[in-house]
Formats: sequence, structure tokens, C-alpha cells
Amino acid sequence: MTATHDTVPFAEAIAAFDPVLGLETHVELGTASKMFCGCPTMFGGAANTHVCPVCLGLPGSLPVVNRTAVESTIRMGLALNCRIAEWCRFARKNYFYPDMPKDYQVSQYDEPLCFDGYLDVTVETPDGPREFRVEIERVHMEEDTGKLTHAGGATGRIHGADYSLVDYNRAGIPLIEIVTKPIVGAGALAPQVARAYVTELRDLMRALGVSDVRMEEGSLRCDVNVSLSRPGEPWGTRSETKNVNSLRSVERAVLSEIERQAAVLRDGGRVIQETRHFHEDTGRSTPGRSKEQAEDYRYFPEPDLVPVAPPRDWVEQLRATLPEPPAARRARLRAEWGISDHEFQTLVNAGALDLVEQTIAAGVDSAAARKWWTGELARTANDRGVELAALGVTPQHIKRLEELVGAGSLSDSLARQVLEGIIAGEGDVDEVVASRGLAVVSDDAALLEAIDAALAEQPDVADKIRGGKVQAAGAIVGAVMKATRGQADAAKVRALLLERLGVSE
Amino acid sequence: MGIIGADLVRQDAATLARAMAEGEVSSEEVTRAHLDRIGEVDDRVHAFLQVLSTEALDAARDIDRRRAAGEQLGPLAGVPIAVKDVLTMTGVPTTCGSRVLEGWRPPYDSTVVERLRAGGLVILGKTNMDEFAMGSSTEHSAYGPTHNPWDLERIPGGSGGGSAAALAAFEAPLAIGTDTGGSIRQPAAVTGTVGVKPTYGGVSRYGLVALASSLDQAGPCARTVKDTALLHAAIAGHDPRDSTSIQAPVPDVVAAADEADVRGMRIGLVRELRGEGYQAGVSQRFDEAVAILTDLGAEVVEVSCPHFEYALAAYYLILPSEASSNLARFDGMRYGLRMGDDGARSVEEVMSLTREAGFGAEVKRRIMIGTYALSSGYYDAYYGSAQKVRTLITRDFEAAFAQVDVLVSPTAPTTAFRIGDKVDDPLAMYLNDIATIPVNLAGNAAMSLPVGLAPEDGLPVGLQIMAPPMADDRLYRVGAALEAALVDRWGHLLIEEVPAL
Amino acid sequence: MTSLTRADVEHLARLARLQLAPEELDHYAGQLDVILQSVARVSEVAADDIPPTSHPIPMANVFRDDVVRPGVRRDDIAAAAPAWEDDRFRVPRILDEE
Ligand SMILES: [Mg+2]
Ligand SMILES: [Zn+2]
Repeated sequence: MTATHDTVPFAEAIAAFDPVLGLETHVELGTASKMFCGCPTMFGGAANTHVCPVCLGLPGSLPVVNRTAVESTIRMGLALNCRIAEWCRFARKNYFYPDMPKDYQVSQYDEPLCFDGYLDVTVETPDGPREFRVEIERVHMEEDTGKLTHAGGATGRIHGADYSLVDYNRAGIPLIEIVTKPIVGAGALAPQVARAYVTELRDLMRALGVSDVRMEEGSLRCDVNVSLSRPGEPWGTRSETKNVNSLRSVERAVLSEIERQAAVLRDGGRVIQETRHFHEDTGRSTPGRSKEQAEDYRYFPEPDLVPVAPPRDWVEQLRATLPEPPAARRARLRAEWGISDHEFQTLVNAGALDLVEQTIAAGVDSAAARKWWTGELARTANDRGVELAALGVTPQHIKRLEELVGAGSLSDSLARQVLEGIIAGEGDVDEVVASRGLAVVSDDAALLEAIDAALAEQPDVADKIRGGKVQAAGAIVGAVMKATRGQADAAKVRALLLERLGVSE
Repeated sequence: MGIIGADLVRQDAATLARAMAEGEVSSEEVTRAHLDRIGEVDDRVHAFLQVLSTEALDAARDIDRRRAAGEQLGPLAGVPIAVKDVLTMTGVPTTCGSRVLEGWRPPYDSTVVERLRAGGLVILGKTNMDEFAMGSSTEHSAYGPTHNPWDLERIPGGSGGGSAAALAAFEAPLAIGTDTGGSIRQPAAVTGTVGVKPTYGGVSRYGLVALASSLDQAGPCARTVKDTALLHAAIAGHDPRDSTSIQAPVPDVVAAADEADVRGMRIGLVRELRGEGYQAGVSQRFDEAVAILTDLGAEVVEVSCPHFEYALAAYYLILPSEASSNLARFDGMRYGLRMGDDGARSVEEVMSLTREAGFGAEVKRRIMIGTYALSSGYYDAYYGSAQKVRTLITRDFEAAFAQVDVLVSPTAPTTAFRIGDKVDDPLAMYLNDIATIPVNLAGNAAMSLPVGLAPEDGLPVGLQIMAPPMADDRLYRVGAALEAALVDRWGHLLIEEVPAL
Repeated sequence: MTSLTRADVEHLARLARLQLAPEELDHYAGQLDVILQSVARVSEVAADDIPPTSHPIPMANVFRDDVVRPGVRRDDIAAAAPAWEDDRFRVPRILDEE
């Protein structure tokens, strides 16, 4: 175990040290079948039902490469501006672990399928958006491991567990691993650059259709390498934080590791090369295996698989299938919508770009579409810690809401209640309106009845209004809105009230 | 010649198949005769680890029924066969000669077994072998050694000693072997039988429990060249479940065996695979066989393959390296043996105890050699250099095959040695494969067939024929011609001289 | 080539998950050393300009279509498992990480 140090506040750490980052991202590809066998990749099947001799590593079984997985990797490589290998091999990475059926992982080692690329990302700074180029070292293919559940002892933790249970449904699901070159010069923006990079990767993969990147199911996992150096000095020793599975955690993992290493160095300590484990609950990491006693993986070319040598015309065909690059698309949309950089970045940060675009495509006015997604819905998603798209609200829902608001049958506050209902799973717009009885009360007689009742309740207020203190009308309007459970149009109530009392504005 | 009244177990597969096709005998009778023979002699030979009496008789009766119903059956339908215990067969224990897999019943058929079933062959049982095919004597089986029917005190070769001994003891007319460095050919040589290692990728490896993936190849074993060809044709051909399976038609090995003609062929004697280190009687019988080939109209020349002297060293790096990885999965977590799981020990301890108890000495030696050869800091000097030697050996073969159609050599440097003689002297044991290994490194096809008994000990001598990749048919053309000439000379197959058990 | 010590064998055995007894360590140390000295001669001819061969028959681009196929029955793998609980393989505690 390493000694625990305090942390140095981030600003102080950055003032003294330059951070260098390296990010290794694993994403499960969205193929129908696994990397080397015909088992389904579907999430959530009963334990050990999506398995066969190949992905269980049974003696005698042999792997055969999934063509779609190779195509997805090449497309991702192309989208990351990589070069595509003319000839490369799979390798075996040998180490014993019970979640790995063969006790080696079929991966790629010194011959990745894609290499030498880059990805431009934008981060918000007080001085406006700033672009960073993140250089990509390699993109390669490999297979996922099975899933361990720890039983007995401390709840669900590997440490102190009495034994573990293994489900191999996930074993053999195709993974794409994307490794950056060292990211230098980000300074205080390092945590944001890391987050923006992973966000951009996620969006790219979704745009390519190679993965739907279900983060909540752990289909994207990030290993974060951090080292610190004093300005002008050689890079320090790096640590590798594993188990970083959300965009927010990527940012927090970088930040907390900078703070931790800065404290070690400040105290005259030595940062050790080690693997650390990130904890979502605390936002901090704890030390794992020291790399000094690390496994020797004994990589060698996988003899059971033949080399992959993508013909150039195949690569060009795949290049032709690439969608508009997300950065170019953003520039185009910003121009089309005619909004400021700042407002646009708010949309991007909220993860609302696709949704807004689809909502506009469904026929909703662009300002209204932006208002819905970045306002109420973005707040709700943020509060719940889920992605906007995961709320269950669709562009079609927004279109219908806008129709009802435009026709005057829903007020803005009623519309918000409808959204609540949709998010709660009560059905689509019309179903929620019907079941919750949400409709604007536009019947004048009913409103006048409510106004009279409110006036009778608060005779002193009625007198004030009659006396010309029009600003006191708010109390009566509020009472009417309350009585109609928000289903009235407040402006209309006010007009009727003033008319009733014979007062003009 | 009718088969009625003949000793069924002494017939070759082609004869049995013809007799069954003509209704002279049923598969059930043939199968029962072989099961009876196994019951009679296998306590002394120990060729089998599992005898599948019930399943075999059921399969035989099924073939008889289908034949009676007029169904068109394959050329070997109804013929019994023994399968090396390294190929999976659904629901039947597959041990690979190891304790670590004791009791494991695979949930799937290997492609070879699937093709045997599809061809109507009747699987009699699973044969003994050196543990995970590591050995040249079948002494490294966890279930005890197999004995050579020519002399029960001697080894039947390895690792496929069980399959070869089953043939020589007339327990089966056909057998499946696997050959990583000579495990089909060397047992064939020391038991007076025939065996072929097909071109790498010619026969699917799906369901063949891997020793060294880039070297392993399953192949046919029999008592005649023609039977070997028939079995070769039954199991070979592309399999989409094996990525290294060749996507091309199988050379017509049966036609080549029927032609049996070497006139005008150029045959190369490999200078590096004869002379010093070869037993006198082995060299004598080999030279006589070469003289016969010349008499039959072949042109025999000497060729040199200068890098073959490095083959053994390269092989004993590549094989252990791949094996150390292939055998990692035997960790006691998912199937097979588990040792020391007392609730307190960690997974690492249980894996280590399981592997310590489950593997024999030779397996552990090779796992450690391979672990060393692949480890960082040693990879280039050991594994990397061995892969370069592999290139040099392939180039030697290419240069030789530019001059000749096939190459020949003795299959093994000696006849069968005594059980126990070399069991704890790994280097001496490894020398048995000196002539067979180059072919595995380069992926070529090769055959061993018997060419007589060494005068000094009266034990069989094998001759190896080597062909370029995908030219497996040349083995049969030459082998069948030589076999016919020898039968002419002796009046019978060599195997007829095996002593009664 | 340096020669293999008892400690080297112990390290290899740990990497390979083999719980060797002390007397086995001595026995193997001698044997492995002889074998390694003997196979080390591959480097005599392994010149820089010789490409290594990993696969004996040159082939490339062997793929399968991305199609789902049936696997094995869970009952069969459960029957073969040394320990099985709650539809999963039960394995001893893992001393690692955290
Ligand atoms: Mg990886
Ligand atoms: Zn599978």
C-alpha cells in the first residue's frame, strides 16, 4: 500500500505543475454477434446463456473474426483521421484471471489496425470556446471479458469477498480500443479536455453507427493516465486510473489525480507507477496493483487467426460511408440556426444537438425546439444524472406539445406537467393530457366563477384593486390559478378580473 | 476373395467397406469383431482410454439400416475407427491424456468427428496419447503407457501411440491421429503402419484440443496407403469454423493412391536427414526402399536443406510458447479438475494447485520453457529467432521442391525403444522427432510408411515422404507405388509379420 | 545466454500458475537450463533481414458474417463446472486490486 497524502487544491496544483494526460478508451461495438463467435451481444440476457464453445474458451474451440467488427474499427479509424494498416495481426495477451475464459485476451499489440490520427475537441473557457487537437496513437480490436459478481464479505466489493461468480455473456463482445498520444499543454483545462474528448468519441461512434455507447450499461470504459512535471522538466511518473465509466467521472478522475499527485510531489514524495481504481461514489481513486510487480503479458501473434490485410478499395468504400464529421456538422448547424457560440455550446454540453435537429426536422420552430431541450428537460436530466436522450422524451413528443401550446389548449406550465408525465412513463402527450386531465380552462363562465370566489375570499384585496392599485391583482390571479390547478391562462384571468372590477391598466 | 470366414479384424478398411457394400457382412458384425478384439488384447496394449461399445454398435446398426433402406452411403460407411483422445466428441470424455481434464465431457463435436459421423464411420473409442500430445512415446499419458504390439516392452511412438498401436494390434482398421512435430508419422514408423500429416490447414482443427496452434494438424492413420487416402478424403476440406483452414479443393489423394506410379518423378534425398545419428538397420532399410523407387522409374537425387539442423531448436521454442498459452485455460475454473478450493484459498492459489496436480512433468517443463521464451527481454532471442528459423526452413523446402517433386528420409532415427529408457531425459526424447519436425514448421504434407524390419532388432522402420503444401496427392502416388513393390517382394504387408499377442 | 537459476524457475512457475514443490524446482532448474542452452542456437542464424513466420501457410482476411448462431445449453456447462451457483461459475476469492 502507498502512503495516503492530502490533496493540493486544483488551482494551486496547476500553478506548480504541468499535467500530461493519456486516455485509453474501450467501447463495445454494436454488432449483432460477438467478435469471434456467433453468440448475441445483447445486454441483459440470463447469465451464461449467450455463450458457446468459442467464447467460453472450451478446449478445441477456435475463433473466427466478425467482418462487421473489422469494418466498424476501420470506419472509426478513418473518422479519427488515422492511417489504416495494410497488414496486421491479432496477438494474445497472456494473464490469468477468472473472467477471461482462455486466460489470454485476443487483442492487437504492435500491429494495430488503425494508427496515427487525431480528433479536434472544443472546451469552454472564460475567454470563449477553445479548440484542442488530441492526437490518436492507435485504434485496435479486442474482446471483452466476462462479468464478475463478488459474494460474501463486504457488499459487492472484490476486497474481502468470500468468493466470486462469473457470467460469460459479455466475454467475447467486440471492443474497440482507442489510445491517445500524450496530451500536453492543456494546463488547467486538462480535466475538461479529457471530458470533451470522450464526449466527442461517443458522439462520433453514435454518428458512425458503430456503437450506441450505452454508458449506463458500462459499454464505454476509460483508463486515464496522468503525470505531472514542473514546467520545463521531464515528464513525471504516470499513474493509470481504471474503471472510469462516465463523462463526468473522466473529468473528475483527471482532476482528483492532479490534486493527489501534486500533494505527493509537494511533500517531496515519489509518484509510483501504479494502477488505481476510480470510485464513482467518492470521485476519488484508490491504489491497486503496483506496476513494478505487474504481469508480463507475453504477447505473441495469435496463431489461430490469420492476418487482416484490408484491400485499399475496401478501405475507400468504407470511407465513402462516413457521415459528416461532428465538428463540421456543428459548424453547419450553428450557421443554420444563427445562434451564438455560447448558446450553441450550451446545446452541445446538454447533449441536445441531435434532439434539437430532429425536433426541427419534425417541423418545430428552431427557437422553440432549443428552448424545450435546453431548458426544463436539460435540468431534469442533469438532476437525475442521466443523459438527455435517456429521459424518454422524443422529438415527436415536443412537436405534439408545441401544436397544443400553439392552439392554446396547453399553457407552458401545463406543458411542463405533460413532460413530467412522459418522463414518468405515463404515455405519449395525448395520453398524459387525458389521464392527468390537463387542458387549459378557456370557458369564461367557469373562470368568472373562480374569480368571484377569490374576490369573496379576499375582500380587502378587491377593494385595493377597485381603488386603482392594479398591482394587487396578482394575489387574486394566483388564487384563481391555484383553484384551477394551473389549467387557466394567467393573462386571461387577469384581463377578466380587471374587466369584472371595471378597472383599466 | 470373399470375406466370409476370414478374420474380420485383419482386413483393411477398403476390403471391409466393399464387403459391407456388397452385403457380405454387416457393420454390426464388423464392429462387434473389433470390440471383441479390443476386449481380448487391450489390457496388454492399452491403446484405448475409452471404448464406446454401446454407441459404436448403435451407430453400426444405424448404418446397416440405412444401407438396407437403399441410402447412398460414403465409401467408408460402416467401417470402425479409433479416434485420438485430443478431439472433442459430444458427451464423451475427452482427456487429452491428462488428469486436468479427467471426466470432462465436451458439449460439441470436433469437425473431424462430425465428418467421420457424416461419412458413416463407426467410432470405437478414444485412444491413448502423451499428455496434451507432448511426447514421442505415449509414456507421458496420465493414464499409463501404451505398449507396442511388436514388442510389449517397447513404446508405440508418440504422441499418437494409442492410435498406431490400435492399428498394429488389429483393434481398428483406421484411426485418427494428430501431428504437431511427428505424432502421426513417428508412431506409424515404429508400429509398421501408415500415417499422414496433411498440409497445414488441410484438415480442420476445430475441436482439436490445441497443443501448438501453428503446428497442429489432424490426419489419417491406417495399415495401407489406400486406406489412409480414403480416410484423408473423408476428413479433409475447408471448414469455416477454423480460420486457418485452406479454402481450396482437397487434392485427389484416392486417385493418386490408385495410380501408384512414380515413373518420371524426381525424388530428393535430404542430406541432413540421414547418416550419422540414424540406427544402422534404419539406414539400411531406407536405402533399400530408395533403390526400389529408382527401380520403379523415379529419378533420385540428393538435395540439401542446410537449416534443418536448427529445426529441432526452433520447434522446441515455438511449440512450448504456443502451448504455454493454449494450456493456460486449464485453470480449474470452468471445467475439469479443481484442487485446493477450501473456501480460504485465493483463486490464484487454487489455479496453481490445480495445474500443479493436473499436469505431468513434461507438460510443466514445456509450459515453463514457453513462458520463458515469450517473456519480455527474452522474446527476440528465443521466440522471435525461432520464427526466423521457420522462415529459413520454409525457404529450404521451397528451394528443394524447385528441384524435386517429393523429398524422402527415414521417419525416425531409431526403431521403438524400451519403455522407461528416455522418460526423464527430455533432450534424448526430443531427438526422435528430428526428421519429422521440419515439415510441421513449414506446413507441408508428409507420410510415413513401413519399409521393413531393422535386422538388428526385428522392429519396423518407417520411410517419410514429404510434399509441398497442397500437394498431398504426391505422398500417395509415391507411397502406394512403394508399398505395392514391397508387398510384391514380401508377398504380404509388413504388418502381417506382427507377432500374435 | 545466462543460465537459469532456481529463482528464475520459481518466477516462471508463478507466471504460469504452477505450485511447484521445492524438490521439483531443483529438478526442473537443471533440466530447463540444459534445454534452453540447447535451443538458444536459433539465434546463430536469425539475422535481422529474415522475416519471422507466425503462420505456416500465408493467408489473410478470413472473416465470418455478423450473424447470431445458437450456443451451448447452460445445463451442459453447469454440469461440467467444478462449482456453480446462481447460474454462474463459482470461483474462489480474488486477491487483487482495490
Ligand atoms: Mg485493451
Ligand atoms: Zn460464443
